[in-house]
Amino acid sequence: MNFANFEAFLQMGGHGLYVWLCYGVGLLVFIVCLVSPVLKKKAIYKELRQAQRREQVRTDSLHQTPVK
Amino acid sequence: MNWTFFHKLGSPKWFYDISGKLLPWFLCAGLLLLLTGMVWGLAFAPKDYQQGDSFRIIYLHVPSAILAQSCYMMMAAAAVVSLVWKMKLADVFIYSAAPIGALFTFLALFTGAVWGKPTWGTWWVWDARLTAMLVLLFLYFGVISLQSAIEDAQLASKATSILVLVGVVNIPIIKYSVDWWNTLHQPATFKLTEKPAMVPEMWIPLLVMVIGIYCFFSAVVLMRMRNEILLRERKTKWVKALL
Repeated sequence: MNFANFEAFLQMGGHGLYVWLCYGVGLLVFIVCLVSPVLKKKAIYKELRQAQRREQVRTDSLHQTPVK
Repeated sequence: MNWTFFHKLGSPKWFYDISGKLLPWFLCAGLLLLLTGMVWGLAFAPKDYQQGDSFRIIYLHVPSAILAQSCYMMMAAAAVVSLVWKMKLADVFIYSAAPIGALFTFLALFTGAVWGKPTWGTWWVWDARLTAMLVLLFLYFGVISLQSAIEDAQLASKATSILVLVGVVNIPIIKYSVDWWNTLHQPATFKLTEKPAMVPEMWIPLLVMVIGIYCFFSAVVLMRMRNEILLRERKTKWVKALL
């Protein structure tokens, strides 16, 4: 450990604001990169499943013998 | 040489299967290396004798700048494949990688600006390297907007590939700007031909971060590519069976 205590670690020799600002924004970038495709995947699955169900209903109704 | 792997690479289903197996490994390795590198760089690496602790921004700044440029080179390689062999997956790659490249270019510029304030006394100068990096960000924006601006898929892929290839000119300018012009920016940290000027306690965590960011990038791009493949192949049997 390069720092005497946790306080000193947070202060970064007086450059704490700069260092932590960078790492804060960096963390945000990593999270956005990771979370957005996960959410997109869920949305795609939902959309494609719905489309599939609609198609199923349509083909089912086509094959039904018309009632007179 | 056996070219079957190349043809297989053109098959979205094969790619979807194999990428699903590789993805968790890249993701775990990436997150683990990034976490290790960050803790190491922030808390354990010795401080710089001139810059003090503000130099710790390097562990975020250099890896994102390296990735921003090599992401562009990978897109350029994909653009050649797309133009010459009309491989659909190459377009999917360009589409998926461009936003990630833009985000990391932004991160490199942002951390650079914040690092510049205590080190150079200014957030921004119109210095050769900084300006060329800003041009890279705009190239990424151009690629992203061009893809969505053209309706016709074939035309969009062709136009995007050409734009990506034209923009390649910028990459050597970024790389050699610090040697060609007198700039405020310091020269490269890592060189293939020389030993780093830093002590190992300083550059090893940096190397860990660089490898980590590549693994992370691979995982994220694969995730985005898989999403895009599902959408583009939605009418095929294998996607319907998958749901």
